[in-house]
Amino acid sequence: MSSAVEVRAVSRTFGGRKGASVTALESVDLSVAPGEFVSLIGPSGCGKSTLLRLIADLDTPTSGELSVFGKPARQARVDQDYGIAFQQAGLLPWKTVTGNIELPLALHGVGRSERKARVSELLELIGLTDFAGHYPDQLSGGMQQRVAIARALAESPKLLLMDEPFGALDEMTRERMQNELVRICAETQAAVVFVTHSIPEAVFLSDRVVVMSPRPGRITDVIDVSLGGPAERDDSLREDEAFFRGVAKVREALHGVPVAGARGVDTR
Amino acid sequence: MSATTATIPERALARGSAYRTVVAPIVLGVAMLGLWQGVVDGFGIEQYIVPTPTDIWHEITDNLGSIVDGSVSTGVNALIGLVVGALVGILGAIIAGVWRIFDTIVAPLVAALAVMPIVALAPVLYTMYGADKETARQIVAAVAVIVPVYINTLRGLRQVRPVHRDLMRVYAASARQQQFAVTLPTAAPYVFTGLRVASSLAVISALIAEYFGGPIGGLGKSITSSAASSNYALAWAYVFGAIVLGLVFYCAALAVEMFFTRHRSTP
Amino acid sequence: MTRRSAPLGRLALGALGIAAVIGVWEAYKAVAPDTGVVIGGTTVLPRSSDIAMPHVWDMFSRLSDPVIGTIGDTMWQTVLDAGLFTLRIAAFGWIIGVVVGFALALVMQRFTIAEAAVLPWIVLSQTVPLIAIAPLVRRWGSQITIGGFEWQSEHSVAVIAAYLAFFPVAVGVLRGLKAPDATHVDLMHTYGIGWWRTLFSLRLPASVPFLLPALRLAAASAVIGTVVAEVSIGLRGGVGRLIIEYAQSASSDPAKPWAPIFAAIAVGLVAAAFVGLLGLALKPYRRSEIPA
Repeated sequence: MSSAVEVRAVSRTFGGRKGASVTALESVDLSVAPGEFVSLIGPSGCGKSTLLRLIADLDTPTSGELSVFGKPARQARVDQDYGIAFQQAGLLPWKTVTGNIELPLALHGVGRSERKARVSELLELIGLTDFAGHYPDQLSGGMQQRVAIARALAESPKLLLMDEPFGALDEMTRERMQNELVRICAETQAAVVFVTHSIPEAVFLSDRVVVMSPRPGRITDVIDVSLGGPAERDDSLREDEAFFRGVAKVREALHGVPVAGARGVDTR
Repeated sequence: MSATTATIPERALARGSAYRTVVAPIVLGVAMLGLWQGVVDGFGIEQYIVPTPTDIWHEITDNLGSIVDGSVSTGVNALIGLVVGALVGILGAIIAGVWRIFDTIVAPLVAALAVMPIVALAPVLYTMYGADKETARQIVAAVAVIVPVYINTLRGLRQVRPVHRDLMRVYAASARQQQFAVTLPTAAPYVFTGLRVASSLAVISALIAEYFGGPIGGLGKSITSSAASSNYALAWAYVFGAIVLGLVFYCAALAVEMFFTRHRSTP
Repeated sequence: MTRRSAPLGRLALGALGIAAVIGVWEAYKAVAPDTGVVIGGTTVLPRSSDIAMPHVWDMFSRLSDPVIGTIGDTMWQTVLDAGLFTLRIAAFGWIIGVVVGFALALVMQRFTIAEAAVLPWIVLSQTVPLIAIAPLVRRWGSQITIGGFEWQSEHSVAVIAAYLAFFPVAVGVLRGLKAPDATHVDLMHTYGIGWWRTLFSLRLPASVPFLLPALRLAAASAVIGTVVAEVSIGLRGGVGRLIIEYAQSASSDPAKPWAPIFAAIAVGLVAAAFVGLLGLALKPYRRSEIPA
């Protein structure tokens, strides 16, 4: 079985004004297995969003090769092999929750009754059944983001691309959304590429955390966290020793050196 | 707890401001009318110089039928002009939104239309369409409407948020699908803003065009003929009709705008 | 995304647009029947005779002929004089309108109660047809004599131009004065600065992006108001009067009425260009502006 995402020696350079150019990504290699949850983490300008946009074929690499389920990214986009969610929910303000969730289905010619059935399934999944007729401006930020995730899942993709989807939410809502995402991923069996700049978020959600650094953007480390199946990933995990170890490992990778006074390290 | 303490003053404020938006302008209007009446009466100013509000009110009630007929005549011209001009403006903007080059080509024409007194075209339009027809007036109104509708619609068509554009690309939507799913709905509020601005322009243009010739019966002709015979109270009675007509157009456009933008407060 | 074509290319395309209008005009004349296209009693397309729709080149060549007969001032000299006359009055009206509009906006920003009370009336004021007030303004004006100053008809015209011009300024400046972020206003508040200092250091600079379109609209409105008021007051010397006067001779000299129309467009463009120059001077304050 081909991997969900295969990135080979991909670079992306943006031409600046007066000949100056910025290397957003420099020869990046990455492979995401089907059903695997991979987070991309790093400071601003490390190219994590650029990498996600390349996978989504919202942008094209300057050099290198990129495939999604063994197809070129463009073909995968045309075939709708993935769903995507952005930092802004990006809901259409003039459509109801239902209208927003069924948007991709309507665009791709899915019949009315089939759409209706799928939307009610998804509303169930995100727990917003009572809000089907509401407009986005009547929802909280967290609810809007849940609708955006339902929209991304509408066509049951085997790959989910998420660009800081919880970045604009408060910490409490954020943790609740993370719990839900774990559950949703378990139910849908989709692979996920998840861009974030929150270390605990990456550790809590991921099988692997890809650490990136800026100027030029590249991958500096890949850390295996895999804190167990979805059943074990609940709020108690957030206070678990394994979770803290994962957070420390990612933090060290981000800073490039072991952090002084880190857990379990004798500094005397 | 913080939620309740925060909302109470906010709600009180909202109630206060709603109260103010209705009562304050009425108080001011009544005060100005009273002052007007008082000054004219108090200083014994002759009616042919400045009629009092009560003089005007008597003329309004005495000539109500004629004022209504005039409003209908002028209003129909304004409405036809508004519809035709809006269609031309919106279609033009959609074309310019798809092919940028069209915008550049019509730029000097739009600039000229924006700065010229459209009613100046009225005399030549009467020659072209016949001085006994209403067509010239409708065209003046339509031309006056085109520019604000075109400019606002085009601005709206260019407001598509990057996240929505990305989304359409992700869905591999066709240009047509993108136009109907995202671009046109995004532009809609701007179209209605343009229509609101254009609505009172249509009335004023149709009315002023009457001054440059054409058949009698409209408000504009009635105003000028009463003013010409120094019956200023009657002239103001027709002006009142014109104000009401303008308000009807404006409020109708505003209502349509508010209806279609009711869910646009947050993106 | 917004690829700007070269200014020369834009100029050429703009010229193409004007050429297209001329082409449509002449093509219609060549094809359509003289009586126009009448469907069910209404003239849908205009008459295309040389009297109703003169050739475009006749309109332009008419400019170099004398106004009447074969001797005397040429047409372009006459309309140029009239255009300058109108421009002068419009400028006067524009200045009055800008001052009044600005003052109203300041009062409305300072006192919310004033905004609630006055703004609806400002919007309403623009539905009052000018022509109705024009004879009244002249009549009232004729009673005014202050010292050596005697009210002239052209003052009445300027007042009416100002009546149209103040509206976009009042509304635009009010929006501009309210434009600063709440955080900036709070910041000024923490600095313990009063309303006037906040006005000069924050609100006025922030209002520039709103001010310029308002001034441009006001300039166009002032020109329109001047031309229409010239007609309704019957003031001689300006473009408005020529439009009415020359329309009388349309049947014998069909190209004649177009000369003052071109003059009216030219006056409007000059006024808009002047505001454009003002915009250049205020460039440092326009950094946040999003190109339309």
